[in-house]
Amino acid sequence: MDFTASLALIAPEILLSVSGLVLLLAGAWMGDGASRLVSYAAVAVLAVCAFMVAPALCAGAMGPDTVAFGGQFRADAFASFAKLLIYAAGGAALLVAPAFFERHGAMRAEYPVLVLFAVLGMGLMVSAGDLLTLYIGLELNSLSAYVLAAFLRTDERSAEAGLKYFVLGALASGILLFGMSLTYGFTGTTTFEGIRTALSGGLSTGALFGVIFMLAGLAFKIAAVPFHMWTPDVYEGAPTPVTTFFATAPKVAAVGLTMRVAMDAFGTQESAWQQVIIFAALASIVVGALGAIGQVNIKRLLAYSSINNVGFILIGLAAATQAGASAMLVYLSIYVAMSVGGFVAVLMLKDADGEAVEAIADIAGLSRTQPLLALCLAAVMFGLAGIPPLFGFWGKFVVFQAAVQADMIALAAIGIAASVIGAFYYLKIVKIMYFDEPANKVHGKSDWIHWALLIVSAVFISPLGYLLTRWLGSLADKAAAALLFAA
Amino acid sequence: MDGFPILSLMLLVPLVAGVACLFADARLARNLALAATLVDFALGILLWASFDIGGAQWQFVERAPLFAGFQWALGIDGIALMLIMLSVFLMPICILASASIEKRVGEYMAAFLLMEVLMIGVFAAQDLFLFYIFFEAGLIPMYLIIGIWGGQDRIYASYKFFLYTLLGSVLMLIAMLWMVNEAGTTDIPTLMAYDFDPRAQTWLWLAFFASFAVKMPMWPVHTWLPDAHVQAPTAGSVILAGVLLKMGGYGFIRFSLPMFPEASAQFAWLVFALSMIAVVVTSLIALVQHDMKKLIAYSSVAHMAIVTVGLFAFNVQGLEGSMIVMLSHGLVSGALFLCVGVIYDRLHTREIDRYGGLSINMPYYALFFLLFTMASIGLPGTSGFVGEFLSLAGIYQVSSWVALVCTTGIILGAAYMLYLYRRVAFGDQKNADAAAMPDISVREWLMLAPIAAAVLWMGVYPESFLAPMRKDIAALDARVARAAPLGDARLKLSEPTKNAGHAQDEHAAHGEAH
Repeated sequence: MDFTASLALIAPEILLSVSGLVLLLAGAWMGDGASRLVSYAAVAVLAVCAFMVAPALCAGAMGPDTVAFGGQFRADAFASFAKLLIYAAGGAALLVAPAFFERHGAMRAEYPVLVLFAVLGMGLMVSAGDLLTLYIGLELNSLSAYVLAAFLRTDERSAEAGLKYFVLGALASGILLFGMSLTYGFTGTTTFEGIRTALSGGLSTGALFGVIFMLAGLAFKIAAVPFHMWTPDVYEGAPTPVTTFFATAPKVAAVGLTMRVAMDAFGTQESAWQQVIIFAALASIVVGALGAIGQVNIKRLLAYSSINNVGFILIGLAAATQAGASAMLVYLSIYVAMSVGGFVAVLMLKDADGEAVEAIADIAGLSRTQPLLALCLAAVMFGLAGIPPLFGFWGKFVVFQAAVQADMIALAAIGIAASVIGAFYYLKIVKIMYFDEPANKVHGKSDWIHWALLIVSAVFISPLGYLLTRWLGSLADKAAAALLFAA
Repeated sequence: MDGFPILSLMLLVPLVAGVACLFADARLARNLALAATLVDFALGILLWASFDIGGAQWQFVERAPLFAGFQWALGIDGIALMLIMLSVFLMPICILASASIEKRVGEYMAAFLLMEVLMIGVFAAQDLFLFYIFFEAGLIPMYLIIGIWGGQDRIYASYKFFLYTLLGSVLMLIAMLWMVNEAGTTDIPTLMAYDFDPRAQTWLWLAFFASFAVKMPMWPVHTWLPDAHVQAPTAGSVILAGVLLKMGGYGFIRFSLPMFPEASAQFAWLVFALSMIAVVVTSLIALVQHDMKKLIAYSSVAHMAIVTVGLFAFNVQGLEGSMIVMLSHGLVSGALFLCVGVIYDRLHTREIDRYGGLSINMPYYALFFLLFTMASIGLPGTSGFVGEFLSLAGIYQVSSWVALVCTTGIILGAAYMLYLYRRVAFGDQKNADAAAMPDISVREWLMLAPIAAAVLWMGVYPESFLAPMRKDIAALDARVARAAPLGDARLKLSEPTKNAGHAQDEHAAHGEAH
């Protein structure tokens, strides 16, 4: 593979970095007044990147033609699928931000630039073919994310979220790095392909420690139990547009990265990591469900909900099959739509002065004061609970199908039974919005962009979404095939 | 009728009307809902009229490969036809019964129309996962109906209803996934003919049982029902008792029996035991209720227990009887809830003691109430008799003891229903406000008279209802025959011989040991 071909494969990443730098300069020269313009330009860049990666997905690209820089980087269908989701989530986070930050007088041009760099890092993560690419992508994403969490400098909670995220994120990176160094030490290589070959003969105790530490570090990034503690605090403290971002794009990237590491690099040693994943999956489902019950802040509740959802996603990984990988991608797509819908709805909960309403008790009777908003939020809640006919059910359906096909009936039965616990708190939100007397707290008018995003995601997670299942399923199958082909 | 997607149309009409109701004002929403349900009822009559009795097993079949992993596959046999008819017949009556609903009428009507879509969908689905989606989706509108328009403890009742039934169903989903993985198809008719390994059947049967037993509801998982019924608005109770409970019975007859015959035989005694307990215990509980709706709710549990014993009798009488009990109970319990609703709308209490002597000031009301009371008891000439007689005749062939215990349910049923009727309609007019209530209005006539006519029709000439189902039930009977448990009665059609009595004793002993 020559250098030009490699450069062509990373064209979206080059475009992202160059435009990130250009927009940074533009922001510096034109001042914060231009930040809305910079945001829209960043969205346009993401849209162009999406067009650049889409063909690889549609063609089901895999094999040596998709490997750049001697195995460092892979631009296959799997990476494209994940990148499309990341770009979409990043775009949503950019679109909802200006209206929110302008009210706080905090809209600065750094925001879109930081989002672009985070997206770039995430693109590297899902394309990683080597531990080094993995780490660079992860850190690029994390460093941008720490700043984003603390973006509302005047807000104590935001600053606290940023600091917490940084400390715990750095710890996680340390654990990951330790695992990587062990893996390198016992396999003698950093490429996934090399690790795979080295481990195919068997797993030494040292390499096993490497696997476990790497998975622990990654579990931090995807907020899986028992490494989930930072999630509620960061989600609650970070400005809501940033939370929208955190709940979607980095989740996709970290899950995609975990899939690559588990099924590619450690793909021959499934038995070593399967039990870890099974434990993390079930623990996330249960802890996410139980933790959410007592919450009074809706952002915290959604944070626990995301922990809960990660558990379901990991069930697909526990299956360790191509169907499982495909199911995870389908779940991720639906999850991104539900999370965007949920957080945008939260953004639109504003009192008469335009201040954000986050207490769950304050949205009582929302169905009477803001029926459409309540309907969309209720759809998100039932969707997250996985109740048919909403599209959220389909995500759960495919992961459990994969688990059953992999003959893991007990895992599927326990997981789905635990999902009933989760249904309880989603129902609570619906109950508060629909059954209780109006608290008359939510009045504010919302931007048309918020409405548009909310309606789009609500339509996607409505029963109409089932019409997409064939298309979504075939794309996810191609992506999963590419992931396993590389393996 | 060939090729015309009448079933999809029946799903589409209430769906469109339901969405429209969300945006309509109260008056328009009422009219829209009534019109849509009447159109669906007319389509239902058309469906019945063009149903070819004795023709192909599955008719009006529609298939469209719209989704990944499952199909949009609809089609009905006689059993499904009858249950769809029950649903579309009760829906306009429910809309009429909702005149006293004043808050959020548009949403209320939308929830009911959505409910209708899902009910028809459950009975018409020919794809396993499509069935599941319709089956589960019913939770959402029912949750909202109980929670928004219910009575005092509506919140508790709505949670209980939702979580109980959800827990039952999710295990069924895992079983379905396994079955589809094993059989390689989601098509219900194919799966009905597929022979699963008997060892696997045990688990599959239990998973399905977890769902259907809760829906049915069977003792001891019936406790959501009285709460849900009491707190739901009148029309909600009618739909709950009239149609939703039938989904459990339909599930047994469509899935558990034909797909897992061996496991069904294996667990028949579990079903019998639970049903016997249910018949006696819930009847006794019904006897001491002070709340009219609660009384009828407990009587529903007892009636559904007769359905389950009939289903697991593994013979034609039992199956036909169960189907007729389901249809009859749908009409009768629905009508009884309407009767309660009529006086609840006037006095706003369900306390039995607050009424009395209503036959003096509400003679027509008392007449209807009496008819439905008698039908609930199972008086000959009403629909209740036909179903209960057939079910018990069916179960008698399997076990005299089960038949004996279940028959006490009829006696106890007479006790609590007549006791209820005496306290409400006869005696002195001890409360002045109850004595001042006007007799039923034209609207209430329109609600009660059609049900009364159907109850009498089914009681006098049940053949109309049995004919479409006969072939399907015979096919089901043939399917489960290989696993049918040996009964203790062993009825024979041959000439009686001298030592017939002796032989029967022997068989009885054998049957008990078995």
